[in-house]
Amino acid sequence: MSERVTVAKTYKLYIGGAFPRSESGRVYPVQDNKGKFVANAAHASRKDVRDAVSAARKAFPGWSGATAYNRGQVLYRVAEMLEGRRDQFVAEVTAAEGGRRGASIVDAAIDRWVWYAGWTDKIASVLGAANPVAGPYFSFTVPEPTGVVGVLAPQQSSLLGLVSVLAPVLATGCTAVVVSSEERPLPAITLSEVLATSDLPAGVANILTGRAAELGPWLASHGDVNALDPIGAEDRGALAREAAGTVKRVLAVPAEEPDWTARPDISRLRRYLEAKTVWHPMGD
Amino acid sequence: MAVFDYAPAPESRDLANLKPSYRPFINGEFVDGSGEPLKTINPATEEVLAEVGTASLSDVDTAVKAARRAYEKVWGPMPGAERAKYLFRIARLIQERSRELAVLESLDNGKPIKESRDSDLPIAAAHFFYHAGWADKLDYAGFGPDPKPLGVAGQIIPWNFPLLMLAWKIAPALATGNTVVLKPAETTPLTALVFAEICQQAGLPPGVVNILPGAGDVGQLLVRHLDIDKIAFTGSTEVGKLIQREVAGTSKRLTLELGGKAANIVFDDAPLDQAVEGVVNGIFFNQGHVCCAGSRLLVQESIVDEVMDKLRYRVSTMRIGDPLDKNTDIGAINSATQLTKIRELVEAGEAEGAHRWTSSCPVPERGFFFAPTVFSDVHQSMRIAREEIFGPVLSVLTFRTPSEAVTKANNTPYGLSAGIWSEKGSRILSVANKLRAGVVWANTFNRFDPAAPFGGYQESGFGREGGRIGLEGYLSV
Amino acid sequence: MSTPTLPASLDDATRDDASLRRFLHGLPGVDQVGVEARAASLATRSIKKAAKLWAINTAISMVDLTTLEGADTRGKVRALAAKAKRPDPDHPDTPQVAAVCVYPDLAATAVENLKGTGIGVASVATAFPSGRSNRTAKLADVALAVESGASEVDMVIDRGAFLEGRYGQVFEEIQAVKAACGDAHLKVILETGELATYDNVRRASWLALLAGGDFIKTSTGKVSPAATLPVTHVMLQAVRDWFTSTGELRGVKPAGGIRTTKDAIRYLVAVHEVAGEQWLTRKLFRFGASSLLNDLILQRRTQLDGHYSGPDYVTVD
Repeated sequence: MSERVTVAKTYKLYIGGAFPRSESGRVYPVQDNKGKFVANAAHASRKDVRDAVSAARKAFPGWSGATAYNRGQVLYRVAEMLEGRRDQFVAEVTAAEGGRRGASIVDAAIDRWVWYAGWTDKIASVLGAANPVAGPYFSFTVPEPTGVVGVLAPQQSSLLGLVSVLAPVLATGCTAVVVSSEERPLPAITLSEVLATSDLPAGVANILTGRAAELGPWLASHGDVNALDPIGAEDRGALAREAAGTVKRVLAVPAEEPDWTARPDISRLRRYLEAKTVWHPMGD
Repeated sequence: MAVFDYAPAPESRDLANLKPSYRPFINGEFVDGSGEPLKTINPATEEVLAEVGTASLSDVDTAVKAARRAYEKVWGPMPGAERAKYLFRIARLIQERSRELAVLESLDNGKPIKESRDSDLPIAAAHFFYHAGWADKLDYAGFGPDPKPLGVAGQIIPWNFPLLMLAWKIAPALATGNTVVLKPAETTPLTALVFAEICQQAGLPPGVVNILPGAGDVGQLLVRHLDIDKIAFTGSTEVGKLIQREVAGTSKRLTLELGGKAANIVFDDAPLDQAVEGVVNGIFFNQGHVCCAGSRLLVQESIVDEVMDKLRYRVSTMRIGDPLDKNTDIGAINSATQLTKIRELVEAGEAEGAHRWTSSCPVPERGFFFAPTVFSDVHQSMRIAREEIFGPVLSVLTFRTPSEAVTKANNTPYGLSAGIWSEKGSRILSVANKLRAGVVWANTFNRFDPAAPFGGYQESGFGREGGRIGLEGYLSV
Repeated sequence: MSTPTLPASLDDATRDDASLRRFLHGLPGVDQVGVEARAASLATRSIKKAAKLWAINTAISMVDLTTLEGADTRGKVRALAAKAKRPDPDHPDTPQVAAVCVYPDLAATAVENLKGTGIGVASVATAFPSGRSNRTAKLADVALAVESGASEVDMVIDRGAFLEGRYGQVFEEIQAVKAACGDAHLKVILETGELATYDNVRRASWLALLAGGDFIKTSTGKVSPAATLPVTHVMLQAVRDWFTSTGELRGVKPAGGIRTTKDAIRYLVAVHEVAGEQWLTRKLFRFGASSLLNDLILQRRTQLDGHYSGPDYVTVD
């Protein structure tokens, strides 16, 4: 009796809660870390970026307007779903990145979702303020999500790096358009499947596979993208110059990918939040 | 006398202690700048007030070196509690010399003395007081233990609130342990140079504060200078974008406070008389030279006639003229260039079919003046509803429902400020929540306080000034 | 309950108690911080030289020279009348005051001593200052004033009824007093210090205007706070709004606590800029005051003589 032939997965994009192919019809082959063909990934185009940004914008009012408690539950649900597919991710991450740390990387990625899930309903009380102004006014400052964030995900760390840059965007109430690692895109697409089944509203996270060098400039210059994380890009200076055209918030990121297993802090949350100060007189 | 004509009540020009010439301030000394000197004029009379030395590339280098040295040897290592005392001293000196500074500011800028006296000067002093207190308490600012300064900050400020913007920039920079090289605006350098004198009087170590007068080219030298760690800019969105582009890809940190086209939304349940007052304050304060000016009035259709009647009457009582007269409500436009820009946009408004009403108040023949103007029948597509006019010109639009008001208010690439007028608490909170603006004034407008963060969304810039959050722009966090 | 000349919308407002309540509660609110900031800002106007002298003369001509004490006598009222006619004997060109304001039992004395001068006699009435009596007693008080020849009646509203929300009762009482006044002008004292909020001041102002008051007046002078600038702003705004909707000019009288020329000038600036220059006449604006007159005279002398004067140079009455 011959060995069963496995059913191979077709990896597609994740836009607006759906899994379309690239509108360009392009794909590119993805190899594992030993150079063996694993699958074809969709090779997203600028029009896919456009569609993803418009999906993210459409999702923004709902997601930013959801209660922080609700966002926390959704993010925690992502961790639950990821936990359930732990073995699959360990296999994919190991295939992509090699080495023997696949399991601990996936565990850290799951824990990262839990960490950010807990932040959603605390960050406003940590960063907000009642302002003691010199006059008969009640003045308070609340952090609010900046809007649509373009993320060029880390090229090396295909899952933990991705989660470490995506989760804070979602935790603040922003929506995201992510360009995954070019050579290690498959964990990102599998993560999309987790996101799609975690009560995350459609369009809140959109994940494109393809080349950061090709898609980055479109994200950086897009008039409806409010912030940009260029960590997975090579020519960050050029992207930042593009981003200046619409006064985007561009994250200052280290030259080399950091150690993603290190304990995170709230600096990424801060970058995606706008302080809004509200004044009202106090009188009879 | 048939009517109540207020006799002129001018503040004495002598109080300004105006000198024939002013010089750049580098490393604790006033020095001859090697740039082409500029002449600063009184926009109310077009007379030359003084000649001001400007900086060249070599002066910028010297100033940055002085700032670097002061940062490394003196200011950086100094305990916060000691830095604080210098800032407190500066605050006191500003208060002591506030009358002189107010008159000088009104002479150089054109703003009415009542505003420089009652607003610019007190708030400038308050900023130093507020930030002085932070200098030894940064451990508690929420950025982790012992947050570090960035180093040398290059700061570029506009002409609309010359001394106040200086205070907004220098106070937090110094409190957090940075040293600064600041460029005041080309048309309003004088109070910054008196501030330099105050730094001397306060015994501030040389190099901690350097003031380099000059035009945009000096600003560009600062932005491009390799030994500057941080650029803070307040000014137009156009220039802000250029600066962001210059700084892109470098390790310089950047905060931008740029333009705006704020909506001031009046609902039918507003406290109408105070709303009208707030609308007037929102657009005519400082001749409308305010980035957060409420330049788009959105009125609920059901009350538009009543609001327009009250508004026109109220605006007709405003007095335009000599900035030094204590009864002047609207002073001079800061420069001929700005006046031309205002006129051009007003003409565009008329050409696009909006209905223009201009107060018939007497306008001085000399100097740069523009009578307060209100456009009604304005639509979102018109230039006067989209572009920042930066002058005493209000565009009035209408809306029918709260959601339409929010949509129209947010329909701009800017996002600095907004106003809401309503006596319904839940509506105020809901609309405030939906407005995409860094400052929302409800039943008030144009309130500023060092304890309250200020800054914009989107193309109005990034970073905040004031409050705990404002420290972030000067700390390595 | 309606007044014949009103536009339909205002006429409807007074149809019944419920309409009146709906109307008064439908008026735009007054933001305390906003109105106080506006009043403070307008108070920084600097009035100098010719404008100051004009303001002092105008203020003198607007004074309702007042004595409202239990210890008032005919002698006191005669002295006041003399002062009203010639406020500053050394400067005979000093304007006469607008009126002398007394209790009703002394109105006749005032009338007698001011005959032919053009100076009005204002009498308080309606169980002044508390207004706590029945309608009969209040109207009897008004009748005494009018029969004594008072040309102006300063009534108090029933603050208790107002604060209980019985607006109809307050309205009818003002109307009844107005009817009893005949040709005498009616000033309606709101006693704003007891109404407590600016919203109430605005409602009471409109109530008094709807009921036919010729003037709305802040205070009796017996309750603290009496007149304040922001309260006067709200009332000036009300008469302006009244004019806008009806075309009728009604007056405002702040009373109590205005003691200095500086204060008086601030009020005139408010009249000028909040209501409009039309109101800068004693027909439409009065000061209810006693000691204010002497300060105005002192300051007038300073303006004319070019040096400071002293209290011994003005008469104590």
